[in-house]
Amino acid sequence: MNPQLFQLICFYGFGFITVVAALSVITLKNTVHAVLSLVLTFFSMACLWMLADAEFLALALIVVYVGAVMVLFLFVVMMLDIDQEKIREGFVKFLPIGLIVAVAMLVEMLGLIGVKAMHAQVMGPDPAAAAGVSNTAWLGQALYTKYLLPFEVAALILTVGVVAAVALTLRQRVGVRHESANEQVRVNPRDRIRIVKMDAVRPAQPTPVPPQEPSS
Amino acid sequence: MIDQLINHLVWPIVYILCITIPLILAVAMFVYWERKVIGWMHVRMGPNKIGPFGLLQAFADVVKLLIKEVILPTTANRFLYYLAPLLTLVPALAAWAVVPFSSKMVLSNANAGVLYLLAMTSMGVYGIILAGWASNSRYALLGAMRSAAQVISYELAMGLCLVCVLVLAGSLNLTDIVNAQAGHKGILDWFWLPLLPVFVIYFISGVAETNRAPFDVAEGESEIVAGFHVEYSGSAFAIFFLAEYANMILVSFLAAVLFMGGWLSPFPSSWGFIGQGGFPWLLIKAFLFSFLFLWFRASFPRYRYDQIMRLGWKVFIPIAIVWVLVAGCLKYFGWVTIGTGV
Repeated sequence: MNPQLFQLICFYGFGFITVVAALSVITLKNTVHAVLSLVLTFFSMACLWMLADAEFLALALIVVYVGAVMVLFLFVVMMLDIDQEKIREGFVKFLPIGLIVAVAMLVEMLGLIGVKAMHAQVMGPDPAAAAGVSNTAWLGQALYTKYLLPFEVAALILTVGVVAAVALTLRQRVGVRHESANEQVRVNPRDRIRIVKMDAVRPAQPTPVPPQEPSS
Repeated sequence: MIDQLINHLVWPIVYILCITIPLILAVAMFVYWERKVIGWMHVRMGPNKIGPFGLLQAFADVVKLLIKEVILPTTANRFLYYLAPLLTLVPALAAWAVVPFSSKMVLSNANAGVLYLLAMTSMGVYGIILAGWASNSRYALLGAMRSAAQVISYELAMGLCLVCVLVLAGSLNLTDIVNAQAGHKGILDWFWLPLLPVFVIYFISGVAETNRAPFDVAEGESEIVAGFHVEYSGSAFAIFFLAEYANMILVSFLAAVLFMGGWLSPFPSSWGFIGQGGFPWLLIKAFLFSFLFLWFRASFPRYRYDQIMRLGWKVFIPIAIVWVLVAGCLKYFGWVTIGTGV
């Protein structure tokens, strides 16, 4: 079997799993199952990228999204007590609007693909392979030399986002008791307990009580 | 066609078995060793009845677990309940694919080996969370919650520690990372010396990631019985057990590979025979690190949950971030000769 055919089979296999998993995210009734389908979608997407030799992107997707973001998602979903019937009602009610939006997006995407096809931009050879280094090494070189400024700006924007998220959700309430680890460590035992020195004195022996006659 | 099949299918499977079977045996012996060590530290004998010196105790336990009944709790989610142990075990074994055992002995010499390791270790938490949720028990759910928060927090610190190593080694490939620590001075050439705080943080984070004492709040048998696997019995429980110990051994091997020079000899290369590197050195180092796990377990009381979070977020992550900067300076200004092979 030639490798290219095998790669094609793998591509369609992973693609099929991705599509099925993505569809089941919105069709499954159980929310935890839906989140797990989303995990599967990410994972098979990462496999697809791996096939395209984008190993850094694929592994970063798994580390960040599968390993951290989706765990927190699952965390929240497991805690929710969702009434399935109510959600179903909304599904039927908003289905026409959703379909309209989906069709509009599809038309836009097809238009975009058409425009791109007219330009017929042929992608050049893989720059990493051309430079003779691994995908990750090439990406690192490119990000930190050629695209340093956009990269740092993106990092700054993300930091601003983090600070904003904290600032929005942090509510200072009065009368909240906090533990201060510093104070706890710095505390002096002598402030808390008093050690009393006493002579070792044998306590007075209780005089043995003579057994009483049972009164009749 | 047959040639290709043998080269691409049969040999890899043989290699994989060459890693996993010794690993599973190592887990069995490690369990025996753990019970022995903790026994000695408690001034008692430990297992000594089955086989010579009690050596067959672990195997007797395995047989006992395998022939026990697997119980499905009422209204538990059957599919996820049985899937969860596998989701824990598969990443724990898959991560071994990129661990280099000596300069030529590695299953997959992947270029992005460290990233692959991070990806695999971060997937293991799904098994724990799903086990907690699917078994439809309050204790199990609480254990899963604790474990998820803890693993995510310590993964950050661990990732930052790995960044320091990557900066000095200049590669994501584990074999290259070990080769970058080669030199003439033996133990003084390894990364533990310039990265000492990060090395300590890495190992402690590893203990926390594997949910071992003193960070074992996910199991916390005095508070939530046994945490996420309280409803599991028989072989399903055995798989959780196997995955936990495989992960401990993995963390020990990685600490040796990333910071302690992997298969390299701790003695200067001019010392003749014992100055040569080889697989036994890696085994000795990994054994010492895995012994630390047992030592911790026998010595320290369990951390309180908020203290674990404080340690991870407010102590380890800031130190690691600062040390990334330090490592960058070390590399850029050439303050250390490590990583250049001199």
